[in-house]
Amino acid sequence: MNSDLRSPLSRARGLGSARYGVHHWWAQRLTAIALIPLVVWFAVSLIMMSGADYLIVRAWVGSPVVMVLLTLTIVIGLHHGQLGLQVVIEDYVHGDGWKLALIVLVRFTAVFFGLAAIVAILRIGFGG
Amino acid sequence: MSVANRPVHRPLSPHLQVYKPQLTSVLSILHRATGIALSVGALYLALWAICASASPATYATFQSFNTSILGRIFLGGWLFCAFYHLCNGIRHLFWDAGYGFELKDAYRSGWIVVAVSLVATIVSWIAGLRLV
Repeated sequence: MNSDLRSPLSRARGLGSARYGVHHWWAQRLTAIALIPLVVWFAVSLIMMSGADYLIVRAWVGSPVVMVLLTLTIVIGLHHGQLGLQVVIEDYVHGDGWKLALIVLVRFTAVFFGLAAIVAILRIGFGG
Repeated sequence: MSVANRPVHRPLSPHLQVYKPQLTSVLSILHRATGIALSVGALYLALWAICASASPATYATFQSFNTSILGRIFLGGWLFCAFYHLCNGIRHLFWDAGYGFELKDAYRSGWIVVAVSLVATIVSWIAGLRLV
């Protein structure tokens, strides 16, 4: 009992210091595993595309397989980044107000850029 | 003293001012640093898609930064961050699964991460610059 680092009450609740249980931890791992093949694919593509012009880039982005993989890379990447930044903010920002404000800002920025990127990819793919 | 008020003996974090850097601690902080950099890089990636969908002129402006010296350093740095965070992230997943906690294993996996991410970065830089 003495070797347990948690208080008896928090142990009974089983939700941890963030009060969300293991959901955040699990989401971070799932997105990490998904990103392993996606980042390798994207890094190789990025290298192959160095020096590519506007039309080549658009033709590449607009092909069906790339549309799916690129959307996954950006959305899962932003989600994973947002989860990671949240932990960094929780660790280093101590005022509750600032902490909440920064976490909200990170979330909103991630969702905004994610949605804008999806619209952009669809526009290229479907010829907008 | 009631059970609820009993003090909980939690471990203390090391004080950075008196903490000698080791491979394990340096790689740990580098994982965070590259993670923060990659979050910014993810926004840049989104911006790239947005510019490509906008117009040839917008894309040309975006590309003029990419092909500048600063842009090359930025993209090359992004590649290093991606490879490092990828390799060290896999190391973390092994720890999550319960493997590699012995000190010598932690050092061995740490050096593997350093070697693989540096080699992957250098190979990509050479390959990328040859294609430009």
